[in-house]
Amino acid sequence: MLKRNIPSVTAVAALLIIWQSVCSTGLIPSYMLPSPIEVMHAFVSEFPLLLENSAITLQEAFIGLILGVSIGFFAAVLMDSFNVLYKAFYPLLIITQTIPSVAVAPLLVLWFGYEMTPKIVLIIISTFFPVTVGLLDGFRSADKDAIGLLRSMGAKRTQIFRYIKFPSALPQLFSGLRIAAAYSVVGAVISEWLGGFGGLGVYMTRVKKAFAFDKMFAVIFLISAISLALMALVGFAEKKCMPYRNTDKKGENT
Amino acid sequence: MKKLEVKNVSKSFDGNPVLKDISIELKRGELVCLLGVSGGGKTTLFNIISGLLTPDRGQVLLDGKDITDQPGHISYMLQKDLLLPYRTIEDNAALPLLLKGVKKKEARLQVSPMFSQFGLEGTQKKYPSQLSGGMRQRAALLRTYMFSKDVALLDEPFSALDTITKSSMHKWYLNVMQQIQLSTLFITHDIDEAILISDRIYLLSGSPGEIKGEIIIKEPKPRRDDFNLTAEFLEYKRKILTLL
Repeated sequence: MLKRNIPSVTAVAALLIIWQSVCSTGLIPSYMLPSPIEVMHAFVSEFPLLLENSAITLQEAFIGLILGVSIGFFAAVLMDSFNVLYKAFYPLLIITQTIPSVAVAPLLVLWFGYEMTPKIVLIIISTFFPVTVGLLDGFRSADKDAIGLLRSMGAKRTQIFRYIKFPSALPQLFSGLRIAAAYSVVGAVISEWLGGFGGLGVYMTRVKKAFAFDKMFAVIFLISAISLALMALVGFAEKKCMPYRNTDKKGENT
Repeated sequence: MKKLEVKNVSKSFDGNPVLKDISIELKRGELVCLLGVSGGGKTTLFNIISGLLTPDRGQVLLDGKDITDQPGHISYMLQKDLLLPYRTIEDNAALPLLLKGVKKKEARLQVSPMFSQFGLEGTQKKYPSQLSGGMRQRAALLRTYMFSKDVALLDEPFSALDTITKSSMHKWYLNVMQQIQLSTLFITHDIDEAILISDRIYLLSGSPGEIKGEIIIKEPKPRRDDFNLTAEFLEYKRKILTLL
């Protein structure tokens, strides 16, 4: 585990060292690019404010993610069960993803106001898609022969779903979830940025107007850290849900 | 006593006849092989017996009761073991019971005494990917057995195994079959395999597939180790080759 990470850790460390030396030699003035140490200072001094705003952003992200994933799940199950629905809605699904969220967010603010609703709606729009598409592919990848075998044993449709289709789709579900988790934080920040009373996005607009670039960088780092943490959480759940993937392949003689 | 009977079954797909007037029967405790070339409609016949396909004509009887077109009576086992990779061997074997509505704990309890009988001791908590091909076929057979305790339909179950494993699986199978009093209908395209393990052999060939003959293997069971080297064995083989 540690050994595998040596190259990436070294690369990040080297980047930080270059960045710090560029700043401390005065090559780039600090009002344009604050040094990593200044960013650290800003992070520490602003910590209470960041925490307060993170709580709001995370709350939006979680609610949006849970709703988005649930809607995505039901959409996928319905579309898998009824081919008509699949044919009717699959193209629409793709179209929703071609609309940039920065364009939709102001509209959502107009429709739903400055409170939490427009943020959650935007997160739902951007998170349900990877889940639905992942699950649909997963359901379709289920082994036809295995389904036939279960049918010969008198299995009902719900049982075929439970014992074959759903477990076959788990890997795709989790890759969808990982993307959705990252989208949820970014979606929350973007919609706060475009109108709101609190959250990391609102905080960003404030520090940007004050040209406090050190704080700007601090919040950027915080947002990526939160996204990474969420993705790691999904990865952890994935390992727990699919223990058969961690087993070593070793043959035994008959 | 007839366990399973297929009566005058015909089937065609899009106007192409695949099976023509097939009648076969399986007595209690018997191992009957259906021998024929690949693509000769053997698998279609199995799907009809297991109720997944509807025959154009004819009937399938189990213990004298009509089960034509009704899945849920007889299950089968294929060359592909079809063990679910995300379930342990124990839970794979217990699957037929779970489908019938038995609780998980109870199902595991019912499966567990069978593991030693099937030569699967110690594999309960393993995943299919951790087992060799032969062991996986054993587990697949156990699952088939948990579904229907007296009849097994096997479609080329050992054809993906190497020759040595295959011959040990034959011995194992005949042994298990006797212990649990299983009647078996066994599809194969391997003439030697058919002569080695069968009580009777149906020859299926032609297009559409028809029963071209029936051969009774008189050699008593358990068969001697060098049965496949004897003159009788060769005589059976010659007879089959002329009929096919």
